[in-house]
Amino acid sequence: MSKKWFAAPYLLWSVGFIIIPLLMIFFYGLTDRSGAFTLENVVAILSPEHSKALVLSLLLSLASTVICLLLAYPLAMILNKHHLGRGSFIVFLFILPMWMNFLLRTLAWQTLLEKTGVINSVLSALHLPALDIINTPYAIVLGMVYNFLPFMVLPIYNVLVKIDENVINAARDLGANGVQTFFKIILPLSIPGVVSGITMVFVPAMTTFVISTLLGGSKILLIGNVIEQEFTQGNNWNLGSGLSLVLMVFILVSMAFVMKYDREGEGGMF
Amino acid sequence: MSHKLIDLSHISKSFDGEMVLDDLNLYIRENEFLTLLGPSGCGKTTTLRIMGGFEKPDQGKVIFDGQDITNLAPNKRQLNTVFQKYALFTHMTIAENIAFGLKIKNKSKEYIQDKIKYSLKLVNLEGYENRMPDSLSGGQQQRIAIARAIVNEPKVLLLDEPLGALDLKLRQDMQYELIRLKNELGITFVYVTHDQEEALTMSDTIVVMNQGYIQQVGTPENIYNEPENAFVADFIGESNILPSTMIHDKLVEILGARFECVDVGFGENKPVDVVVRPEDVVLTAPEEGTIEGVVTGLIFKGVHYEMDVMARGYEWLVHSTHMFPVGTKVGIRVDPFDIQIMNKPESEDEEAVTSNE
Amino acid sequence: MVKRGVERLYLVLIFIFLYAPIATLVVLSFNASRSRAKWGGFTLEWYTEMFQNSSIMQALYNTLLIAFLSAAIATVLGTLGAMGISAMGFRMRSLCMSVTNIPMLNADIVTGISMMLLFIAMGFRFGFQSVLIAHITFNIPYVILSVMPKLKQTDKSTYEAALDLGASPVYAFFRVVLPDILPGILSGFLLSFTMSLDDFIITHFTKGPGLDTLSTKIYTEVRKGIKPEMYALSTLLFATVLILLLLINVTPELRKRAALKHAQAAARR
Repeated sequence: MSKKWFAAPYLLWSVGFIIIPLLMIFFYGLTDRSGAFTLENVVAILSPEHSKALVLSLLLSLASTVICLLLAYPLAMILNKHHLGRGSFIVFLFILPMWMNFLLRTLAWQTLLEKTGVINSVLSALHLPALDIINTPYAIVLGMVYNFLPFMVLPIYNVLVKIDENVINAARDLGANGVQTFFKIILPLSIPGVVSGITMVFVPAMTTFVISTLLGGSKILLIGNVIEQEFTQGNNWNLGSGLSLVLMVFILVSMAFVMKYDREGEGGMF
Repeated sequence: MSHKLIDLSHISKSFDGEMVLDDLNLYIRENEFLTLLGPSGCGKTTTLRIMGGFEKPDQGKVIFDGQDITNLAPNKRQLNTVFQKYALFTHMTIAENIAFGLKIKNKSKEYIQDKIKYSLKLVNLEGYENRMPDSLSGGQQQRIAIARAIVNEPKVLLLDEPLGALDLKLRQDMQYELIRLKNELGITFVYVTHDQEEALTMSDTIVVMNQGYIQQVGTPENIYNEPENAFVADFIGESNILPSTMIHDKLVEILGARFECVDVGFGENKPVDVVVRPEDVVLTAPEEGTIEGVVTGLIFKGVHYEMDVMARGYEWLVHSTHMFPVGTKVGIRVDPFDIQIMNKPESEDEEAVTSNE
Repeated sequence: MVKRGVERLYLVLIFIFLYAPIATLVVLSFNASRSRAKWGGFTLEWYTEMFQNSSIMQALYNTLLIAFLSAAIATVLGTLGAMGISAMGFRMRSLCMSVTNIPMLNADIVTGISMMLLFIAMGFRFGFQSVLIAHITFNIPYVILSVMPKLKQTDKSTYEAALDLGASPVYAFFRVVLPDILPGILSGFLLSFTMSLDDFIITHFTKGPGLDTLSTKIYTEVRKGIKPEMYALSTLLFATVLILLLLINVTPELRKRAALKHAQAAARR
């Protein structure tokens, strides 16, 4: 018996619980309640209320992805430079918060951001203007950055550690200064990690309904909220599935993006 | 040979409290092929990295062509390095790799194209411009690393164990290739290796290092034939190192038997070490030798036989084209000029004396 | 030196950002006031009350049981899967790895509703089992991705050498291959356990009305106001894990450092 067959149970499981369920979304998304084929559920994204939610989701998730990247890249470089990543200590520091419930952690930002909350007390003590962002899109972006930052740091850190120090020395040796070495060598070599980080942040941010519920008050609807409501309150699974198909287009695009730049899976989380 | 191109004076360097180089003094002449040779951890790579600018010495100065470059960044130095594992830029084509240094210096497109062509020709890899480094074999990658360095027309090329990752046959081919390159380019090579054969084949000057000290500097012949201490003798080639006593000038007592030699000035009745190369041990009939022994081991090595001979409690290593079967009683004779006398180290530390003549 | 200072400061700020909410929750767990906005003095009341709150205890039990079972089953399936996949040819392997990547890269909401639709179509009863299946499904990729690199590092010839020396394949696996990939398996298990514990979205869609985990319970409490017992429970969980992980991670490191210092001191003498 070949060792390949060890994978048989897992593959059966994958077909049953990954592939078939995904096909179910296609089935529901492309039929109406009577089971007849229709594109109505997908086209529904064009309705003003749905497209507004989609555009807002796109904007907020792009903003938080960019912020995560800007915060994470220098962070990963510092961690790499000081060899702070010995063993799994850094991963440990980033995974640790996950042991405090995700919802509670996010909710804690309400307390921190409130008008009389901790942050505003500090700001007023420093005679700075108060931060009044709770229940606004800004608070949602902050929640996204907070929750997904580790998913940007770890892949970038993992590619940076793998860059041979002598490759950087070689660039210096051939006359490149620090800035040139960064843009011509370090940045291009770290692209797999950056790309993987971008999707790891963008996809959950684009599709979240929890962060917007917790930090955005009840007025701000993202596309995730719309879909969630169709399934849990509206009970229109066909419409929910149709909108999910639209969402999946964005996910597929970002997955293809990863495949293109990170063929060998170097930019993984591990 | 002409003037000193690189002068390292009183260089000391330690990592995490561990002394790697201790007051090292060394100069490299223009157009020389100089090899830093020694076991791993002897400080040879650190010495090279200090020249390249990747490490700063704790103490001492690096003078290049009369100028102090101790604190100069690597990108401002007129030397280029060929790294141990090639360190090619895997996200660039071969041509882009080679053009890297030239682009930074804002050379014209035509100039860069010419240089790429010329350098690829020089390393026998014409037509490889658009390949990616990963698609090349180790030997080819190494040549590209050399091409990438030499297009910048450095005055000195630093090579850090460049052949270490290659297999034996390829390594030998590349040795000749490097000598040819050196002659064609007419620049100075500083080469780091732990492989004594590589050092003996290619160098004009060999610097033997151990434990952060220079043990001996000399031509390959010099180092091989007249090792100054037991470390060098042991490290370079195979040798018999025998505890002996210098009776007086030109007479030494080895394992209780008196041998004539040519060395003078070691004093009288002084303990010394004697080095005899295996090929210099002459086996004779028992009664014709200076001392008697019995053959205890025999291996055919192609060009010669390698034999172990037990004589006066010491196992002699002998290379000879004549075969003596195991168990044969033999006599051992050594010609006076094949006996190399060395001062005995007085302590562990003494074994690693600084010297730079 | 200035640069180093700036870098340090940056690190500190990021970690404040990451850990500030956690500190907030810890503080709230000792807050005598039921309101999140006000500090009403120090109390341990919530810590004693949480043990008497049977619905919280039930949710905790469900959460831990699902996390443990799903991580354990995913570890077995995933390790076998990784070994099978690594024995495959290039094409099959990339196909399998693409499938493995789907739950990792896909949005949780899509994974959640896809499984919900499947369970509905199959007429499967929503509850403990449906959540367990869902958790196993999203945990397996973490195991595979943790074990795969270890399998790659493992020298194939050691397994063959064991066979050559007369070991049966099973014996060779347990004595030679398993010890090599064990760190990967363990980290896969731990990661799965963590992910399962922290999951809300997929559980939300697959749980049905009867079952609650800590996450779903918190979510339903959001509108009514979170019970302070929840803060106490979370703090307790967090502290337990922190202490455990510190013991596992830091102790060997400290011991190594102490040994190194000792050796250096000895060398200087």
